[in-house]
Amino acid sequence: MHFDPQSLASRAAHLAPTDPWPALGVVVGSVLGVAAFVTVLGLVLIYAERKIAAHFQCRVGPYRVGPHGTLQAVADAVKLLLKEDVVPTGSDHLLHILAPVLSFAGMVLCIIALPMGPHAQVVDLDIGVLYITAVAGLGVLGILLGGWSSHNKWSLLGAMRAGAQIISYELSAMLALLVAVLFSGTLQLSGIVLAQQEGWWIWRAHGAGLVAFVLFVVAGTAEINRTPFDLAEGESELTAGFHTEYSGLRFAFFFLAEFLNLFVLAAMATTLFLGGWMPLHIGSWSAWNAAMDMLPPGLWFAGKAAAVVFLLMWFRWTFPRLRVDQLMRLEWKVLLPIGFANLFFAAVLVVSGWYFFPTVAAAPVPQLPAAGSSDDAGGAP
Amino acid sequence: MNATVATTLRARLDALPSQSLLGTQEYFVNMGPQHPSTHGVLRLVLKLDGETVHQVIPVLGYIHRGIEKICEHSNYRQLVHLTDRMDYLSALANNWAATMVVEKAAAMETNSRIEAIRTLVTELQRIHSHQLWWGVFGMDLGAFTPFFYGFRDREILTDVFERTIGGRLTMNYIQPGGVMHDIHPELVADVKAFLAVFKPRLDEYEALLSENVIVQERLRGVGVLTAQDAVALGATGPVLRASGVAHDLRKAEPYGLYGQVAFDVPVGSRGDCWDRYAVRMQEMRQSIRIVEQLLDNIPEGKHFLVKPAAKIKVKPGVWYSHLETARGVLGAMLVSTGGEAPYRVHFRTPNFNNLWAVTTTATGGRVADLVAILSSLDLVIPDIDR
Repeated sequence: MHFDPQSLASRAAHLAPTDPWPALGVVVGSVLGVAAFVTVLGLVLIYAERKIAAHFQCRVGPYRVGPHGTLQAVADAVKLLLKEDVVPTGSDHLLHILAPVLSFAGMVLCIIALPMGPHAQVVDLDIGVLYITAVAGLGVLGILLGGWSSHNKWSLLGAMRAGAQIISYELSAMLALLVAVLFSGTLQLSGIVLAQQEGWWIWRAHGAGLVAFVLFVVAGTAEINRTPFDLAEGESELTAGFHTEYSGLRFAFFFLAEFLNLFVLAAMATTLFLGGWMPLHIGSWSAWNAAMDMLPPGLWFAGKAAAVVFLLMWFRWTFPRLRVDQLMRLEWKVLLPIGFANLFFAAVLVVSGWYFFPTVAAAPVPQLPAAGSSDDAGGAP
Repeated sequence: MNATVATTLRARLDALPSQSLLGTQEYFVNMGPQHPSTHGVLRLVLKLDGETVHQVIPVLGYIHRGIEKICEHSNYRQLVHLTDRMDYLSALANNWAATMVVEKAAAMETNSRIEAIRTLVTELQRIHSHQLWWGVFGMDLGAFTPFFYGFRDREILTDVFERTIGGRLTMNYIQPGGVMHDIHPELVADVKAFLAVFKPRLDEYEALLSENVIVQERLRGVGVLTAQDAVALGATGPVLRASGVAHDLRKAEPYGLYGQVAFDVPVGSRGDCWDRYAVRMQEMRQSIRIVEQLLDNIPEGKHFLVKPAAKIKVKPGVWYSHLETARGVLGAMLVSTGGEAPYRVHFRTPNFNNLWAVTTTATGGRVADLVAILSSLDLVIPDIDR
């Protein structure tokens, strides 16, 4: 099976010299699409979290608004829209207003670079991995500013915790990312997905991929401030941490950014280690591979991302919170050395070409004529 | 790293001035009276340096209702019914403490059925209280799920209480000369059904929290209260026993039917948060043991020996009696100048003394440790202020 990924931005750029209006259509469509996607995904994630939490806790969860409570998140959003927007006296107004926007922007900028299918990607940057790690940093800026500008000591404590935590754990996340980059030989996200055609890095790389995946999920959980690393919010300690003084829509922005970061993390873990939208192929089992190709790539991506999201929700509703010093110890004394050792091991593997199915992977991807098969639904191999 | 380098580094670190080079500054912050972890209107003024706690100053009085003063204007029967709002998780034990001192002062008799019922319901309430504590403890550590597990199982027991007593939280049941109503005919069956459900769930509790590595990391060696300090502060209950002092009034001065049932007093060794946690977890198992022994052996007889309308008169004098609630020793002192109302009533409540453990154990730790310590002390704030 041959995939020819094409991002929306490249399509628009391709059209622009000759057909400016369709190109503009693609751009506007992408912007609206991302906006709709972010909103709907946020609502879905909030609903999923509430339902999953409820079932972990032997409850029913939202049930009244809409069938099985599906419209509860919409109702909550409307409630937050109507709430008074309180900016505390003595706070730094400009930064207080800017902080949630920064958090939200960091998240949206991540989402546009994610390859969710061969054609479902807004921008396919050739330094996609670097870009995502860079713009994800805006999130911590939002949290820091939010806590700083609130004029509240608890908020400040939360912000300081978040700053120390996110910056520390970015290192481990980066080391884990680099393993996938090493194996794929590219920083381009679609290229990383394509490189996993013969097998996903999580199991194809002699353990290095698996270790990197675990590291990435743990460090990523810390980066997005979820239990057991939700120290910045730390409800039982800091009342609500950095967003104590936020209400109404500004709180909603923080909240939405938090939930969509969950998706960004899951999508990144999926792209780097679980083959992205690539179906589950096993070596030369052509019948199996053909059967797997029946599912559209978008569904593969969504399924894998949903599985990771579920895993993170499972963490959240099982684990208690770490303490600040334990958090730092875990990063600097445990995760970071493991990350370096793993990266070194991965480098040795790559140099020696010593991973599963090396022959297939080393050979150029056979360019089969895509006779009669659409690009999204898999054709015959 | 070889030993010499390590020693040199250590020597250099030790040579640093004690005041941090960053020039940090202490600051005060109010924890409470409205704070998720103080579980009520407790106010702690914290002196912090970054995350490190330098001093904890409890400020009390936010929920002082003058229960002791109101008791002076109530007769000996009425004052018992005020006590359920002191420690709302031990309403029955509070009732019993007040009843005990009134019965002692007025030389009232009880029979073995009354004592058996009192022991049974109070012991059930110890489980009831520890269930809530367990759930809230999990929540204070940042895990939400235990809270719902604790409340789910507590609900069964609350229903059991409701059938016999009528109340669900602030129960009025034990009164001088007996108990208010006879037990519900289904009580024994209900409690057996509860135990059948709860015993496996207790193992589930252990699997969810006790065996979690984060919980152990958060609790072990945190908030160490030495036996000496615990005794000096007058700490009682699981807080004292976790420090290694096996003092339990149910064993030391048996009241009710505690002298006739077999149970152990769980004792800790280090006095840290983990020991306080473990002691309460084991206490639940011991309470189950006590309840099981009592259930099938409730003697026949009347459930009250003094008619509820009968006036109680007490001769001039001073009386004191105490018992073990889920949180420690609850003492009741009565001063009478004769007549139908006391001259002065004082309750020695366990939470008041246990609270001060936080001032000695939390300093030097982190804010998160302070929350863990507060939760491991299992404070009920209305009991501190009365």
